[in-house]
Amino acid sequence: MKLKRTWERLEFQWEERTDRSLLFSVSVLLTAIVCGVLLIGAVFLSLGVDPVFALKQIFLGSFGSLYGLKESLTKAIPLFLIAGGLCVAYKAKFWNIGAESQLLMGAVFSTWFGLNVGQSLPPSIGVPLLFLMGFLGGALWGIIPAILKVRFGISEVISTLMLNYIAAEFVTFLIVGPWKGATKHGFPYTDDLPKALILDTLPGSRIHYITLILGILLCIILFILLYRSKFGYEVRVIGESPEAARYAGIDFFKTSLLIMVISGGAAGLAGVGEVAGIHHHLGYPGNISAGYGFTAIITAWLGKLNPLLTLISGLFFAGILVGGDAIQISLRLPAATVNIFNGILLFVLIVSDYFLKHRLVLRFRQL
Amino acid sequence: MEGLIISVIHRTCMAGTSLLLGTTGEILTERSGILNLGVEGMMNIGAVTGFIVTYTTGNVLFGVLAALLTGAVSAALHGVVSIYFKANQTVSGLALSMLGVGLAGVMGKPYIGKQLPVKLEPVQLPLLGKIPLIGDLLFNQDLLFYAGLLLAVAAWFFLKWTRLGIRVRSVGENPEASESQGISVRWTRFFCTVAGGAFAGLGGAHISLAYSTSWIEGLVAGRGWIVVGLTIFSLWNPLRGIAGAFLFGGIFVTQYLLQPLGVPPNLLATLPYGTTLIVLLVDGLRKDHRSLHAPAQLGEPYSR
Amino acid sequence: MEMRNISKSFDGFPANKNINLNIQAGEILGLLGENGAGKTTLMKILYGLYRPDSGKIFVNGNEVVFRSPRDAIRMGIGMVHQHFMLVQNHTVLENIILGDEEAPFFFPHRAAEKKLLKFQKMYGLRVPLRSKVWQLSAGEQQRVEIVKALLQGAGLLILDEPTSVLTPQESTELFSILRKMANEGHGIIIISHKLEEILDICHRVVVLRKGEVVGSAEAKKVTKRDLARMMVGRDVVFSVDWKPAPKGEVVLEVEGLTVRSDRGTVAVRDVNFSIHRNEILGIAGVAGNGQRELVEAITGIRKAESGQVRILGKDITNQSARVIHAEGIAHVPEERIRFGTVPNLLIYENAVLKRHHFAPFSDVVFLNYDEIKENAESIVRNFSISSPSIHVPMKQLSGGNIQKLIVGREVSAGPVLLVASHPTYGLDVGATEYIRKQLVKRRDEGEAVLLVSEDLEEILELSDRIAVMFEGKIVGILDRQDANIEEIGLMMAGVAL
Repeated sequence: MKLKRTWERLEFQWEERTDRSLLFSVSVLLTAIVCGVLLIGAVFLSLGVDPVFALKQIFLGSFGSLYGLKESLTKAIPLFLIAGGLCVAYKAKFWNIGAESQLLMGAVFSTWFGLNVGQSLPPSIGVPLLFLMGFLGGALWGIIPAILKVRFGISEVISTLMLNYIAAEFVTFLIVGPWKGATKHGFPYTDDLPKALILDTLPGSRIHYITLILGILLCIILFILLYRSKFGYEVRVIGESPEAARYAGIDFFKTSLLIMVISGGAAGLAGVGEVAGIHHHLGYPGNISAGYGFTAIITAWLGKLNPLLTLISGLFFAGILVGGDAIQISLRLPAATVNIFNGILLFVLIVSDYFLKHRLVLRFRQL
Repeated sequence: MEGLIISVIHRTCMAGTSLLLGTTGEILTERSGILNLGVEGMMNIGAVTGFIVTYTTGNVLFGVLAALLTGAVSAALHGVVSIYFKANQTVSGLALSMLGVGLAGVMGKPYIGKQLPVKLEPVQLPLLGKIPLIGDLLFNQDLLFYAGLLLAVAAWFFLKWTRLGIRVRSVGENPEASESQGISVRWTRFFCTVAGGAFAGLGGAHISLAYSTSWIEGLVAGRGWIVVGLTIFSLWNPLRGIAGAFLFGGIFVTQYLLQPLGVPPNLLATLPYGTTLIVLLVDGLRKDHRSLHAPAQLGEPYSR
Repeated sequence: MEMRNISKSFDGFPANKNINLNIQAGEILGLLGENGAGKTTLMKILYGLYRPDSGKIFVNGNEVVFRSPRDAIRMGIGMVHQHFMLVQNHTVLENIILGDEEAPFFFPHRAAEKKLLKFQKMYGLRVPLRSKVWQLSAGEQQRVEIVKALLQGAGLLILDEPTSVLTPQESTELFSILRKMANEGHGIIIISHKLEEILDICHRVVVLRKGEVVGSAEAKKVTKRDLARMMVGRDVVFSVDWKPAPKGEVVLEVEGLTVRSDRGTVAVRDVNFSIHRNEILGIAGVAGNGQRELVEAITGIRKAESGQVRILGKDITNQSARVIHAEGIAHVPEERIRFGTVPNLLIYENAVLKRHHFAPFSDVVFLNYDEIKENAESIVRNFSISSPSIHVPMKQLSGGNIQKLIVGREVSAGPVLLVASHPTYGLDVGATEYIRKQLVKRRDEGEAVLLVSEDLEEILELSDRIAVMFEGKIVGILDRQDANIEEIGLMMAGVAL
């Protein structure tokens, strides 16, 4: 009886948190990741897979071996580039979910350049131009949703989503049609890029280090840009309060365009890396972009939209991708398994965001 | 030639059904103000559970029911995260899509290539099915096709002409006003989200139980994302959704047919996505700004 | 209805402290207090939108607990909010159906229409059923709100600042409807901060200050001065130190300005006026008559359809807000938190909001944080802003300090024209006084000030000349000495002199 009365008087409410020390934020993040791992383990268990074994395999596969480390670094390269760019877009609350297609268009532009213009160029000229073309491709494709939003009020979520599919179909069209490689015996690839333009890798690995350096540099530059430049200030104002930005006379059009040039261009650079560094030709969109565009979203989110932190989260998610490959082989799980990790981790992150901003207050009300 | 046309229309109906079901559900969800990008994930989950349950029990209806339930439960996850935890709905929906695709892949792996003992067979409607030509086309389809059409019309009627439907729309347009009338914005949105998930589950069930003969990896193949586009293409009106679903379905069925005429199938396949953008463009250009059909508070978290 | 010992806190801040309130049938009760005194919170508790931390509510002698507005509505309590709770895109009929529990599930429209026709006969409240809400005027929308409440069987009607969007004539109409309703036995609670109105319509007044009841009285037996003292706790000085000053050169010229609103209707119609140095031009008028669009057109936030705006002779029509600011027009915006600040950014980042791209705050690409922080420090110092440091998020400041920062920021730019839009709305007396003194100081020091305010007292206190806006036109411009409330009230209702 008394228990019931107590229960009725109990009231819990969420209140906004005012204090947020770094220690607290980090511990919440770590708890979230641990919870995520536990949940993944639970999912494995329910699917009849030994969770401890699976998790061990993932860890061994990604960071527990030299091969794994090298692969993780390789897969981190496009994540660094794309997620860095996404930080800028997301800081302005421009929800670019079209990084997949921006990567592809970067790949398309650079492939065209490599196969048609770059045949006889020395690497010292050809490679920078290759990257430039990739940046251009991604940037142009990225500007489209920016224009659609500012001039026509079309939600960037939808436009980038639609453009993803349009680009993917376009690439497929190219590789089975006009760009089908003469040397490829009827397979849907383009010809290989000229030898001079294929990116060097660190010996014994697939790490195309030029792109890696580019990725790290880009993240550093974008960090400085976001927090120390006029442009970055305007980006942050737009993201935090578009009304105040309007009041302050910040040019939405110019700033949005620039944001997407950066975000799309960064993804385009990743596309160059994949084509010139890994595959050496343009192939099926699924193989080229391999879900990097979407994984980068979680990467940026885990990095709290800070380009420097995305270097850490990028490595982390690259490890997950590699680990996913590892258990594909050892446990004969399908490629899509990685999506389970990504999905659960993203959910856990989102919910932990809430705990970062709010705290639970228990109260007894007088009856 | 006649046979070809009949075959095309028949297959369009098949292809469009899952799109229609998903779209009707997403329209309902978005009308209440919640953006659920997790349709791809929900359809995947519905497809795989529908397949597995049908395979193990031998009963198609159990499979359909299972798909409906799992679709609803997965939508509930998005609902809780978006409504209670006020998370960014875009990101939450993406997470759901990823999770759903992954789960379907893993759960479906043992069943790859296996055929169902029973499928969702076409049912000929008693009188209507006997009408020459039209009868065979329209009234000789599986149950989910009829259900899809009925549910879409019912959804339209519900939204426009019933008291609860007005509530749903008001919650999406002005949650504050609705709250002040004693309507629980949270619960309304939650129910609409869950209902949307149930519809998506049904859509997924149609793919694995009627459209396809066996389970293959990646069966749903991005239809969930088409649904997201369709929702907008139909300007949040379920009746237009019917037209759009079969239009898009038709494009996918015919994309390879036009190849001999020199039309590249892949470029044809971009039509649904492109036309969605054009529809948005045209609607945005209208002088009368108030005519934008999107629910005013779509995607915006609400707190009391 | 009786509320006993009601208390409610938000995040540790006490909004209501042990409040006792009661009302009888047929009584019109006024709830008076400054902004932030706790009036709206108390009424939201009564209406079921909030749950009190402690205390009880009684209706007709029975204790009730409201878990949501639905419970309150069932008990016969209705509320007309200050910002109308209507779905703009829906028709009036659909809005009314929204709250009608008795409406049938299918085709509720017919039944609702029948009910409404009955009501129209009883109270003479006419509302256009099939129009979309956004097409109606403020007065019509308010009527829809009242009808909605009555339809749900409200015996007790709460109105939150009902006349804030009405012309004096519409207010009179509203009051006669309210008196009729009181005669029929309804209880009415009016929340207001307007002393004249409360004394006009209410039988009794309860005054809240800082969350507590500080006094109550019968309207017949109390003066404005008494009420003001209760509201504020000290004798209010109703005037600011204002001395006439010789008008300088023309600073702002507005010629033939026509501006459209968001809805596409004409909000500002062929408006002409000019402002001189050492002058405050006050624009009076009920909110919604084009003042906002006028201010936005002058400050570059909105495009004008035709006409010209000149500052010191230079044409700045339809230039960007950035250019206009650079030309010397500063703007203290109407919704200070939403438009004037970025709440999540830090104070020093806010203090440089419109000038961040000028030297010395930045060079070609990078910001100069030393200069930016120094600027913030000096604003905080010079404008007596109380804040722990300049490194905290803007949202931690109180309303008064936020406005002081905005004013300080705008004024530090050394503008030629200061546009202040509802600058003291929602501020406590201390901050209000400070801001008003600042406006007069600017004018004394040679600047021009355009003051837009709903507070007629404020306009009369501060302005050299007073313009009245009605339906997008300037109905008249009066010199300070020629102005009196009745004439201005008539002009606000559209009667040109």
